[in-house]
Amino acid sequence: MCLGVPGEVVEIDGNEARADFGGAEKWVRIDVVGADLSVGDYVLNHAGFAIRRIPEAQVERTVELYEAAATGEVADDD
Amino acid sequence: MTDRTVTLAHGAGTERTRELLADLVVDRFGDAPADPAGVGLAALDDGAVLPTDDGAVVITTDSHVVDPPSFPGGDVGRLAACGTINDLAAMGATDPLGLSSAVVVEAGTPVDRVDAYLDSMAAVCDRVGCPVRTGDTKVVRDGEVDEVVVTTTGVARIERGAHLPAAGLSPGDRLVVSGPVGDHGVALLAAREDFEFASPLTSDVAPVAHLVAAAREVGRVTAATDPTRGGFATAVNELADAADLGLVVEERAVPVADATAGAAEVLGIDPLTVACEGRIVLGVAPEDAERVRDRLRDEPGGADARIVGRAVADHPGEVVLDTGVGERYLPVPTGETLPRIC
Amino acid sequence: MTTDALSFRDPDRADRLRDRLERLVAAVDGDVRVMHVCGSHEEAIAEFGIRSVLPDGLTVAMGPGCPVCVTDRPEVDEAVALAEAGHVVATYGDMIRVPGTEKSLAAARDAGADVRTVYSASEAADIARETDREVVFFATGFETTAAPTAAVLREGPPANFSVLSAHKYVPPAMDVVADHPDTRIDGFLAAGHAATVTGTDVFESVVERHDLPVVVAGFEPLDVLAALVFLLEDLRDGEATVTNAYPRCVADAGNERARTALWEVFERVPGEWRGIAQVPDASLRIREPYAEYDARRRFEIETPADDGRGSDCICGEIMAGRAAPRDCPLFGEACTPRSPVGACMVSDEGPCRIQHAYGGDRRP
Repeated sequence: MCLGVPGEVVEIDGNEARADFGGAEKWVRIDVVGADLSVGDYVLNHAGFAIRRIPEAQVERTVELYEAAATGEVADDD
Repeated sequence: MTDRTVTLAHGAGTERTRELLADLVVDRFGDAPADPAGVGLAALDDGAVLPTDDGAVVITTDSHVVDPPSFPGGDVGRLAACGTINDLAAMGATDPLGLSSAVVVEAGTPVDRVDAYLDSMAAVCDRVGCPVRTGDTKVVRDGEVDEVVVTTTGVARIERGAHLPAAGLSPGDRLVVSGPVGDHGVALLAAREDFEFASPLTSDVAPVAHLVAAAREVGRVTAATDPTRGGFATAVNELADAADLGLVVEERAVPVADATAGAAEVLGIDPLTVACEGRIVLGVAPEDAERVRDRLRDEPGGADARIVGRAVADHPGEVVLDTGVGERYLPVPTGETLPRIC
Repeated sequence: MTTDALSFRDPDRADRLRDRLERLVAAVDGDVRVMHVCGSHEEAIAEFGIRSVLPDGLTVAMGPGCPVCVTDRPEVDEAVALAEAGHVVATYGDMIRVPGTEKSLAAARDAGADVRTVYSASEAADIARETDREVVFFATGFETTAAPTAAVLREGPPANFSVLSAHKYVPPAMDVVADHPDTRIDGFLAAGHAATVTGTDVFESVVERHDLPVVVAGFEPLDVLAALVFLLEDLRDGEATVTNAYPRCVADAGNERARTALWEVFERVPGEWRGIAQVPDASLRIREPYAEYDARRRFEIETPADDGRGSDCICGEIMAGRAAPRDCPLFGEACTPRSPVGACMVSDEGPCRIQHAYGGDRRP
């Protein structure tokens, strides 16, 4: 369910933002994203609506999480 | 259950298209050519090879309808010239004698537009040295076609036995693709569905005859096909089918342009399964593969040529995709490509 | 993010995660059956060939996670009837080929009805702005698409716009599946993107009620493998907890603004999920204040009686995780992507379609 695609916000205009999906740009609605957005933020796009601002730190955290899973040691949590 | 009417899915260049062809066409016209050096309709190759006393004639034909008729990177005129020239090239006929062009125009279409399409066609013909030698024009009522249908036929002479059959692969042969895949299909889908991609998505529509010729200069090319409808996935399955060999494709080696990959991801489609119009997939003897790839990279339209896979004796007729994480089969896509949300 | 996508698909790390899974499966003495409830998980698992590398003794089964597949046939019939009545019907590309009792929207379109593919609910409203005709948005999907539909209704779309809601809400379906006596599940992989909206707390009740671990998982190959590791760790330790293994997209509290929009516009009512049965409080109906945009209240919709066709189709069993596509007598014979009987063969997320399209999994 629910094809979600992350993209980087490059422009904001009212309740829409232009987001860069790895080279393809598309306007998406941001009225239900539930966070204040700035240019440079990453958002999760689903069917033309951003539904989540992705905190940059969480991307690094993801790699730590993979490591924790691979080694069986719990990474230092925040 | 049978389909009682022709549906759009029958035209999508997928398994359904093949079924329709098998039912309607191959049954009637599919007799094998008497001369074993010939290639007939039953081969469902890119064109026919008709042996003559002093060589062979290669002939191919294609009708071109595209929605929209003018799209980022080209138009139906450019597509019609490239499509036929590329089918000839995929048969190994890289120096065509000429084209015929039959145009069906919808009444009400501005003359300027038809003029522009024919200009595009002429530009390709000039570049390849393959003039339009004969043609036909018909006008039909408003709504009977969508603006224009352009049918081109191409003819070339080659030396006897010099054609590149789809069935030519042997185990160990490498697969070389001349550039990024899926650009045409993704650009068209985005344009047709009115998706507002702010950055350019451009069709790759271009002739590939020079690429095939260059490859054959430096290495032993054993098979060729141009991935059009149904994309790279359909093309490699056709090669596997025709040669009755297995193929292993390294997914990470298959070039996909960033913008195309991003748009495809947003649309939920696989760039390996949608059309290219300016690429060629070659089977190459293993010892020559790197040389062929490097030679292609020196040619216009070949800068991103890559070795993407190999032929194996295992799993005949099937293409296995190595995703880097695991393996799966890469089948022929089954129907019309639609964007999805899920 | 997408430029970093390769770090989520790193083959070396995938190998190490697989080794870890192998050790964990051995530690719990094998035969673990995990269910995911998300078509995108199935798609990711199939697309990347993940099952080809799972250790023996670990089965990942498909649950009722494909919104297209669980859209009930009478709902498709309603959309077809509206299209044939001369209204513009706009919907997501996934829904176009889903068979109704007599036909799909694709068949209605081939016969001349005006059926449009849209990428978002707001594009459907845009179509209504450019025509005087009635435009009906056939709205399918779970929380992630229901919230956008709600956002469009809240902003006051044109008067000729309406919504035929087939939206559904996932968590109750997990209960129904877990409760079924024939379904053996040792843990759930929960759908990451639905959880983006709902948050993770919503799964606490599933954990408590069924004493099963739930891991919220993402959709990159390493996300899936890591989530399976966490699930097996819980099983090894005999713990039933909710673990968020997709923190980059899922906040524990979810997305409050999206939820507010969702529950302001929609209410949960009992309804049929195709093949599974009546699921309590899991179909989303438009609330009274937005009733003017409810296609079911705006139009008299006449649909054909269910002819019982497809009665051999075991879509429901498959969606409930009790059967695999190849268990179906119709699979690959009477039912193919070209001529589907059940929705499971239609959607890109449908388990039968995926099984057919990716040709099954290959063991190296």
